[in-house]
Amino acid sequence: MKRWIAFWNILVKDFRTYYLKPPNISWGLIFPLAWTGMFFIRSGRGLESLSSILPGVIALSILFGTTSLLAVTVTFEKKNRSFERLLLAPIPLELLMLAKTSGAILFGVVNAFVPIIMAAFLVDLSQVNWLLFIPAVVLISIASTFLGLFIAVAVSEVFEAQTFSNFFRFPMIFLCGLFFPLSALPFFLKPLAYVLPLTYGADLLHGAIHGGNIMAFPLDLIILALFCIGLFMASLRNIKRRWIV
Amino acid sequence: MKTENNIAIKVQGLAKRFGDVQAVAAVDFEVSSGELFGFLGPNGAGKTTTINMLTGLARPDAGTIHLGGIDCTRKPRGAQHLIGVVPDESNLYPELSGYDNLCFCAALYGLSKAERQARAKELLEVFDLTKAAKRKFGGYSKGMKRRLTIAAGIIHRPKILFLDEPTTGIDVASARQLRQLIKELHKNGTTIFLTTHYIDEAERLCDRVAFIMDGRIVKVDNVTNLVEPIRAQHVLQISCADTAKNLTEELAKEFPGLTFTSPQPGLIRVESDAAIYIGALIRSLENHRIDVTEARKVKPSLEDVFVQITGINADIMRKEREKSGVKA
Repeated sequence: MKRWIAFWNILVKDFRTYYLKPPNISWGLIFPLAWTGMFFIRSGRGLESLSSILPGVIALSILFGTTSLLAVTVTFEKKNRSFERLLLAPIPLELLMLAKTSGAILFGVVNAFVPIIMAAFLVDLSQVNWLLFIPAVVLISIASTFLGLFIAVAVSEVFEAQTFSNFFRFPMIFLCGLFFPLSALPFFLKPLAYVLPLTYGADLLHGAIHGGNIMAFPLDLIILALFCIGLFMASLRNIKRRWIV
Repeated sequence: MKTENNIAIKVQGLAKRFGDVQAVAAVDFEVSSGELFGFLGPNGAGKTTTINMLTGLARPDAGTIHLGGIDCTRKPRGAQHLIGVVPDESNLYPELSGYDNLCFCAALYGLSKAERQARAKELLEVFDLTKAAKRKFGGYSKGMKRRLTIAAGIIHRPKILFLDEPTTGIDVASARQLRQLIKELHKNGTTIFLTTHYIDEAERLCDRVAFIMDGRIVKVDNVTNLVEPIRAQHVLQISCADTAKNLTEELAKEFPGLTFTSPQPGLIRVESDAAIYIGALIRSLENHRIDVTEARKVKPSLEDVFVQITGINADIMRKEREKSGVKA
């Protein structure tokens, strides 16, 4: 019980201190809005194309929203030493890091619904498989958050975290089948697409929104879950090796 | 008599290396329950590295640590509920108010909402911060920040409290208030592990002290035992207006029974096993055209013992520490 009091209060503190600040709220709203508008105008195919670009916009909203926040909640706190206070608390490191990342996961899930709500006013979403869509959004949020955590604990400065994040984020826009099908990628880039977690998340979203998946759903879900576990374990290992020296 | 049950901190063969630097080398000591133990040494001596290893923020390369009977070498985070830590730099959240910072720190130790609110109010009162309770921590003065950081360190009533340089960088009044609070915590039975570069502070507060140099403990004893051998010594401090001239060698030739040193420009320190007669010394200095502004007899202190044992001038150590920019 005591551990969960700590868990809950870390989550609430992060929400109050970081997530509910105007820059983050605007980032969470404006960014998905801008992406949707940009791809919608660029496609030039009218409203019927919206459902095909929606998975990409949702995935990017989650990816950018979550990875940016970890640089603040983890790297910044490590830099100003307030993270030491958390490390001194009598809670397991695993639970501590789950507390630090839960806020970003929730933020990612909320971000995902911004484009969906906007699209609901423009196109018919009755064909969306919500039973698949919701787990897909949650898993993409977890994987993106843990990717952000992995980056945040690998660097010492906030700007390094942002730069390093872009190293992963921008290639993902083009390599994960978000806006261009994987089949359209040059043969030498295809293997790279399959080692990126967002490829499986995007495939799930394509399947859930317009039935355009290329892999089996259980396979996508399992691989995405394995990415979540792998990134979290790697981050914990890095914290133990780099921060408790 | 010490038994395993009343030992709060037990350290054996503790060692830590960073690259080529041996930060801590084979350190052994014990601290009894309820004792106020001082850990003194210059910058880079290994004080903070030792605290970090004791509190689980650093991994020792060798040695064992027991806190409250728990083997922290096997379970590095096993004694976290027993300890409170006040780091050398305040590390609370600048965006949160003083009250919210304390409530948050209490929640980290699993205190219920009612308990943490009551405890936060109690500590704000004790540390004279009630009026600033709703203000953001980032807007506090250095002294207020230090006081709130100590309050956060004891919010869960730890059995063992680690205080790393608690009075560095704060004004005299705040430092005095903090020392009083440390005394009260000690009186209430909290085991305190205190690092400081203010040797007079350690002398006033601590039951026992350890001197650490280059990662090794060079002396551990209680303050009375450490000062006793030099208690009979006579010490005279002469302040001069002219800070440029250093006459210690000439004075030593003139007064062969006395030892002269100059701890800082403009200050001459005279030591002797016999009584020192001020008149002759002053006349001699005046003959050397030195304007004497003050001459006073001082009682030998722990600082003198520190200087004897380590060869380090305590004043210089203090200034270096302050120059190194320790923030409250």
